[in-house]
Amino acid sequence: MALKLTDVRTDLHNDWCSGCGDFGIEASLQMALTEMNVELHRVVIFSGIGCHGKIVHWTNTFGIHTLHGRTLPFAQGAKLANPELEVVAIGGDGDGYGIGAGHFVHAGRRNVDMTYIVHDNGVYGLTKGQASPTQKLGEQTKSLPQPNINSAVNPIMLALAAGYTFIARSYAFDNRHLKDTIKRAVAHRGMALVDVLQPCPTYNDIETKAFYSGEDRPDPATHRPVPRVYDIEKTGYKPLVTKEMTNEDVDKKTLEVIRISNEWGDRIPIGVFYQNENVPTYEDRIIGRIPSYVDRPPAIQRIQLENNKSAVDLPRLWKELIISG
Amino acid sequence: MGPAWQREVSRVSTKVVNELNWMIGGAQGSGVDLSASSFARSCVLAGLWVYGTREYYSNIKGLHSYFEIRTSDRQIRSKVDEVDLLAAFDAETLVRHADVVNPTGGIVYDPAVSQTPIEKVDTLYKDEARQIQVRLAQEGLGSDVGAILEEAKRRGVKLFPVPYGTLVQEVAKRLGTSELARLNRIINVLAVSVSLSLLGLDRSYMKESVRQAFSASRKQKLVDMNLAGVDRAYEFAEEKFGERGLPVSLAPIQNGPRMFVVGNQAVALGKMAGGCRLQTYYPITPASDESEFLEAHENFALLGDGSDDGKGSIVVVQTEDEIAAITMAIGGALTGTRAATSTSGPGFSLMVEGMGWAGMNEVPLVITLYQRGGPSTGMPTRTEQGDLKFVLNASHGESPRIVLCSGDMEECFYDAFRAMNYAERYQLPVIHLVDKGLANSNMTILPPDPKLVDIGRGKLILAGDHGALQGEEYRRFAPAEDGISPRAVLGLKGYRFWNTGDEHDELGHINENSENRIKMMKKRMTKLETADREIPTAEKVSFYPAKGRPDVTLVSWGSSKGAILEGMELLERRGIKAEFLQIRLASPFPAQVVRERLSGSELIVDIEQNYSAQMAAVIAEKAQINIKHKVVKFNGRPISLNEVYDSIRLIMARPEANERVILTHGA
Repeated sequence: MALKLTDVRTDLHNDWCSGCGDFGIEASLQMALTEMNVELHRVVIFSGIGCHGKIVHWTNTFGIHTLHGRTLPFAQGAKLANPELEVVAIGGDGDGYGIGAGHFVHAGRRNVDMTYIVHDNGVYGLTKGQASPTQKLGEQTKSLPQPNINSAVNPIMLALAAGYTFIARSYAFDNRHLKDTIKRAVAHRGMALVDVLQPCPTYNDIETKAFYSGEDRPDPATHRPVPRVYDIEKTGYKPLVTKEMTNEDVDKKTLEVIRISNEWGDRIPIGVFYQNENVPTYEDRIIGRIPSYVDRPPAIQRIQLENNKSAVDLPRLWKELIISG
Repeated sequence: MGPAWQREVSRVSTKVVNELNWMIGGAQGSGVDLSASSFARSCVLAGLWVYGTREYYSNIKGLHSYFEIRTSDRQIRSKVDEVDLLAAFDAETLVRHADVVNPTGGIVYDPAVSQTPIEKVDTLYKDEARQIQVRLAQEGLGSDVGAILEEAKRRGVKLFPVPYGTLVQEVAKRLGTSELARLNRIINVLAVSVSLSLLGLDRSYMKESVRQAFSASRKQKLVDMNLAGVDRAYEFAEEKFGERGLPVSLAPIQNGPRMFVVGNQAVALGKMAGGCRLQTYYPITPASDESEFLEAHENFALLGDGSDDGKGSIVVVQTEDEIAAITMAIGGALTGTRAATSTSGPGFSLMVEGMGWAGMNEVPLVITLYQRGGPSTGMPTRTEQGDLKFVLNASHGESPRIVLCSGDMEECFYDAFRAMNYAERYQLPVIHLVDKGLANSNMTILPPDPKLVDIGRGKLILAGDHGALQGEEYRRFAPAEDGISPRAVLGLKGYRFWNTGDEHDELGHINENSENRIKMMKKRMTKLETADREIPTAEKVSFYPAKGRPDVTLVSWGSSKGAILEGMELLERRGIKAEFLQIRLASPFPAQVVRERLSGSELIVDIEQNYSAQMAAVIAEKAQINIKHKVVKFNGRPISLNEVYDSIRLIMARPEANERVILTHGA
């Protein structure tokens, strides 16, 4: 039976501010799950701390609301213990690129087959609007006493350097693009990042919905706003790294990702920047060492015999430690 | 005649057979470990029992390390202070340890180092060098290694000079090789072989030991080289030292199979037996060896029940830090996998937030904590029992945890196994407290019996139980009299649940309602009462009675156990009857049994390897017994049986003057 959107929603009261980009991300995620018609009991969503974290409570799958910045290691632990699970980790920009930045980098090195969606709004909303790691140098959003004197991290470049094999950006209020991007990220075999630009109507008075949709700069002819956000894949950009490509081709693509991902201001790129399925996943690498992992990963191993004794053949295991007189 | 402890424990009074302590020292990276294990292995092959301790610096190459191997014809489980035979190939070993060789003992050394001036031993701390120079000057001796040897000789110690360089050349000649640089590695084997020859153990044991030590490398050349070294060293010692005049000797005895194991391995084996299938860790001394052992044995055989091909495995993940280690293990545990992580003090400091989350969400998780000298980086390679009060209170707010403290290798195994059970039965983090003294010591034990412990999965809902809900929505945190709710795992159809670090309702959604808060706090904390009720007394404390009416009651926990048990034997031979209460479960604290055991005692002595006698403080808080007399050791070196013996005699002679005894032995 096909899933309906109501199947993937809980009926809890949602306490995000009205107009929050979180709603767009929540809706897109739930629509993506619905359209993919996944078995809901196989889906586990992990979230961190911040406004985004509550998304798991509004979603009718297994939902694990973890610690500030630690979403990724929690999620990787579950996926590695049971690769049958469809694991989606969700973080915020402060959560994932600030306090959790170390985990962000190392998750790329592992390339576990899962998806990481980041709510990226430039501020720490739940603590009342401090500058997040993606807020630009010199900006002063509403509640900052002084302009921000830290440079912004570029999540796309950071993910590329760390080894993410699917790197995308989307926009919270471009529902169709975000939903499709999430579907592609989930389908990707390996570690996928979807950085989602998102207005915070309460604390970010610079990167607002009006800013992203270009309401301040109407087309002189039509008088309609010209959105700043544009889809790079509609400009002919191809994110895929194929087996046939030479090292030189790959280098060229890498440089292109860097160049495009640095665009900001009048033109803000969204879309899939990079996809490479030729890198073995962490699960593949484990199988290389532990062949039985394919059929019996940690979560579905038998650990006891019928009489409740340990299933491990210990005398065989510790033979090397036994010495006879 | 050996030292007092030895005469007391040996059956023979003047010639001591199969009861001795051997020490070898040298620069880290020079093969000291290999020497020590081949000496120990030779003894074990001869049917004897060993207890070995390893001391080293946080350093890769060059700083001083030393091993002591105590061997006996009965099972032993602690170290002693005095050394019967010291084997050295460098100057520093002589400078640091010649003074602990007992007056009837001997020193095997390289005569080439005797000219070395003390100030040229540049790995000594400057203050240490000065103190030694002052001491030698006071004795009218010079200021070089020769003076150290002379000092030992004056006390009666016998000197056995071994020109390692010459022997190496002779071996090279015999093998027809000119690879002297490679051959120099055999000086370890030479030192051990000369020692064993002096102790009268047939060379066949050392040869077998060498074969076993190199069996993994499959390099026949290496084996031949070392075997030739054994022969040459034995010939040399027999020729040169003949009737050696040491009162101690080794003689093979009949014995069955024994396990020769270090604490790290015992814990690893216990975990595997107990069903651990995911271990996460970040490298830290002295914990990492456990994870590396697991990784080296990641594929293992299962006993067949015919349902599969019998292939078992454990996934070991080296994470980016300890925060990732604990949270990744929690993620794994949520899938129903028995998961664990392993660390030492600084790593555990980083883990406490994750531990609190596991407590809040009732996740079964085992944390093995190898205590080392703290605070801060402290003394990474030295032992201490300094983290007890930390683990009892770690993490903000109040969350339940079980804390197990192992006292020896056997307990390391069984406790690691039981920890996996407790975690799942009570759905909470279990901290297994061990220390560097256990982690890096090696010991012969009888192979543990895994059949002594059953695997019990508590209220885990298995896939086949589907239907138990009868149409109701699954409530992960449903109320229960014992505080424990039926636990579903991620991926189980029909049993969707939520977790959050926020206070939550029965489904796992955020809920700050006052009534709900009270209900949930009670539920979580009630599990400790349940555990206290269900865990058998034998797993909470071990009690070792005195033979007759006790003169003194000793209280301790963890790795002090071995020294206390053997110190008690010595005390008894001197007419002092001691009983011993070993506390094995620190949370939930077995207040009642501790109170009952201690309330009748006239003299109680708390013995611990930390500064503030932490367990005594816990006993005062939980069991309302104030222990006046404390013996503490916090110099990072493990407690010895002599120290237990001496400190108890001191306290009994003048109880008022010795309420707090600080032990100091160990270089």
